[in-house]
Amino acid sequence: MSATAPRPAASAPGAGGSAISAADDTLTIYERSQPGRRAFVAPVLDVPERPLDELLPARFQRTRAAQLPEVSEPELIRHYHRLSKRNFDLDTGFYPLGSCTMKHNPKLHERVAALPGNARLHPLQDVKRAQGALELMWNLQESLGEIAGLPHVSLQPSAGSHGELAGVLLTRAYHEDRGEHRTKVLTPDTAHGTNPATVTMAGYEVVKVGTNADGGVDVDDLRAKADEQVACLMLTNPSTLGLFDPNIAEIAEIVHGVGATLYYDGANLNAIMGITRPGDMGFDIVHFNLHKSFTQPHGGGGPGAGPIAVSERIEPYLPRPQVVRRDGASGGPEFDLDEDRPKSIGKLRGFQGNYGVFVRSYAYIRSLGSEGLREASEVAVLNANYLLALLKREGIAEYLPVAYDRVCMHEFVLSGAPMKRELGIRTLDLAKRLLDFGVHPPTVYFPLLVDEALLIEPTETETKETLDRFAEIVAAILREAVDDPEIARNAPYSTPVRRLDEARAAKTPVLRQPL
Amino acid sequence: MSTYTSATDADRRAMLDEIGAMSIEQLFADIPGALRLDRPLALPAGMAEQEVYEHLKELAARNVSAEDEVSFLGAGMYDHYVPSLVDTLLSRSEFLTPYTPYQPEISQGGLQVMFEYQTAISELTGLPVSNASVYEGPSAVGAAAYLAKLANGRPRVLASRGVHPHSRETLTTLARGYGQTVEELPLAGGATDLDALVAALGDDVSAVVLQQPNFLGTVEDVAALTAAAKAVGAVVICACDPIPLGILEPPGAQGVDICVGEGQTLGNRLDYGGPSFGFFAASQEHLRRMPGRIAGQTVDVDSKRGYVLTLQTREQHIRREKATSNICTAQALNALAGVVYLGWLGRQGLVELGELLLRRTAYARETLCALDGVEPLHEQPVVREFALRLPGVDVDAVVERLAAEGINAGYRLGRTYPEYADGLLVALTERRTRAQIDRFGEALGSALAAERGAAPAGVGA
Repeated sequence: MSATAPRPAASAPGAGGSAISAADDTLTIYERSQPGRRAFVAPVLDVPERPLDELLPARFQRTRAAQLPEVSEPELIRHYHRLSKRNFDLDTGFYPLGSCTMKHNPKLHERVAALPGNARLHPLQDVKRAQGALELMWNLQESLGEIAGLPHVSLQPSAGSHGELAGVLLTRAYHEDRGEHRTKVLTPDTAHGTNPATVTMAGYEVVKVGTNADGGVDVDDLRAKADEQVACLMLTNPSTLGLFDPNIAEIAEIVHGVGATLYYDGANLNAIMGITRPGDMGFDIVHFNLHKSFTQPHGGGGPGAGPIAVSERIEPYLPRPQVVRRDGASGGPEFDLDEDRPKSIGKLRGFQGNYGVFVRSYAYIRSLGSEGLREASEVAVLNANYLLALLKREGIAEYLPVAYDRVCMHEFVLSGAPMKRELGIRTLDLAKRLLDFGVHPPTVYFPLLVDEALLIEPTETETKETLDRFAEIVAAILREAVDDPEIARNAPYSTPVRRLDEARAAKTPVLRQPL
Repeated sequence: MSTYTSATDADRRAMLDEIGAMSIEQLFADIPGALRLDRPLALPAGMAEQEVYEHLKELAARNVSAEDEVSFLGAGMYDHYVPSLVDTLLSRSEFLTPYTPYQPEISQGGLQVMFEYQTAISELTGLPVSNASVYEGPSAVGAAAYLAKLANGRPRVLASRGVHPHSRETLTTLARGYGQTVEELPLAGGATDLDALVAALGDDVSAVVLQQPNFLGTVEDVAALTAAAKAVGAVVICACDPIPLGILEPPGAQGVDICVGEGQTLGNRLDYGGPSFGFFAASQEHLRRMPGRIAGQTVDVDSKRGYVLTLQTREQHIRREKATSNICTAQALNALAGVVYLGWLGRQGLVELGELLLRRTAYARETLCALDGVEPLHEQPVVREFALRLPGVDVDAVVERLAAEGINAGYRLGRTYPEYADGLLVALTERRTRAQIDRFGEALGSALAAERGAAPAGVGA
């Protein structure tokens, strides 16, 4: 990452260089296929070669083979290796993607997840022969419960959105068990899109709650909308504006006052580990994003995991199975999977959850320990406030003012509205120009209530120098735009492809290779 | 203890000066004192990397994995060989560490992988459109039924008892949220009972859910079941194991509307149940109701071919409460393993693998069913898994005896099917050789004989 980047005047080659290799770079695996080539060698047929029709009636047999590619192993490796080079990644550079917590992914975690005792353990193995895995899951549950300040944990949900769905379904089960039928769920207008989408899938109506001048929940609006039909308030604290809502105790009182549950979207947990706990704030249900605060690599869009922690009154409804610990015959603890949970909402997926993710997150928690987790949050907040201070300097702040001028938590929101007005470049243009400097852009156009928003989250694993340089790059792009806004408007110049026609992709969808 | 941070004392002082704060503590001033945690988290102290490694290694050593025994356990996840090149490619940080490809200019690798993956799933299932993957198999069944609800708004879902118990239970959990009821269709002779389906059908049926092969290993007559369901306008959902699709007629060619399934068998490790991926393919008419990410081909400003996430107006970050699903992510890395694995098998290899499984499974079924005290649970055609009965003995005890011999005998059907309390579900992959099958047969024969000799009257009833 440097503070200079290719200009449109310079030659603007694709990643490949010559036209021949550039074209080659974009072939699909299907376009590389040649009849008769192969990588796979089948194990020898060591049983009688019975005619297929004897074993499988002809009417069930496939008549046209799936048109999979035909390539050799070297060609297969080279193809995907080449594709990998057309990706930006966390080990390459700065990734200040707000709300996504793109912190370093420790390499130890891949090694321990790949141990055969983990990687080749069948999910239906008898629990007597999976005690190590169950103990790991138990330990992780206990740790997450302590971090959340809520005693009971289910690791089952596969992602944050899945944890949200679990939370709203738990709320439904809780109310129905009390003979109550509620119809509405409240979400702030700053909420992640998954919150309202989840509410709909769980069969409730979404009611939006406004935001006050300080970026917190509009408590008067909440009070007006909280009634006996409200099942739950879904909240992120710190919010998606990166601000801690100091009125949280009052909010909890209002929500609990009408018998609703308070749900914590854990996307922003990285700001508060060991400092304050959702359970102590009055939340009933919390989801964690193990791929955010707890270092599961994002994988280019999955896998993740979204465990939930809940209060005592929600516990009976947790998904099946639960990992439990009992006193064993030999005196030591024994771990089991408890399927006998009569009030449970049931299963949210197959088996026990994304165990490979649990291994990584558990390794992280054991590496950091109590002090380390707190320090991670402290430095995350320090880094965010430092970067915010740098971006409030002259030359930047007049174009990209902070949306809510307060001490932030682990992330903050700038508005590109003055930049658009004064310089004629949009937040999108700034984001695309950042690509030429080797930086992943922040989250853009979210949260929705800030015009031309940029949501910036540096995380604790970045150095001061990286933050300094990012601020320099932003200043350089703005200076450049003062002289010639076209540069940003047409950026990027240095990437394998440039701005893509998204409207065309949606209007005439080409979603697979024609074969 | 490591925090993977780099802020030195000097850095901290300089940064606080720039911020204009006296201390880091001051940055947390918005958090009311009463809500502060006034003690350290009650967690163990941090450890050095090598100490964490030793601890995790010790835990893993207490599991008996498919590395340690000869396993015939399947029932939804299978011990296939994962080729080395999958490990090599998945460990590249360019695939391992990026976020969802919201910035397509620097994500063409991942987006093209999605496009290639969608093509492979479309080919396997015989359906024109695939998304870029969902969480895993059973929740994909629930997502498919939600699509059916969006499509026709009808209140009832019929699910065959041959559908994986986890899928049926997940479906029931999710349907309670979106307001559908799930009813079960019985099995007859190991296959979904067509007459029972016809009797249950009506114009209030939103979806019919099948599984191919079904949980008992049976190759279902999907075409006949589908035709009956479609006569009343129900959406037909078929959950598939993708490996047998190399030799089985694809669901799309049999009229199925939505084909989903657990993708673990395609180049993914067992990992005690996850992460893996779920695949989700559908007919053209359901494209704009699909859940999840979809990659599409387009061009850039220089007319170069490229890929983007597309049809995003279906999705939660645009449509919010009107989205077709709340799902926010794919299982991109696991789906990459899937498409690399399918490329490794190739057009011929997938067929050869299916045929090998078919023949070894037939051999295993005959070998085991020839034993005194073993009966087939059904006579239906199977590809890679079959069900047995061990009448009159305690199946748990037999399975334990085999475990002591280093053989995992399979899945005890009594865990989820009370009507098959003496049932055992036996699965094969290409890793299970004839010699291992023979050894299994001998050990099972001995275990049954020993159990009959040892058993007091009444056990196993």
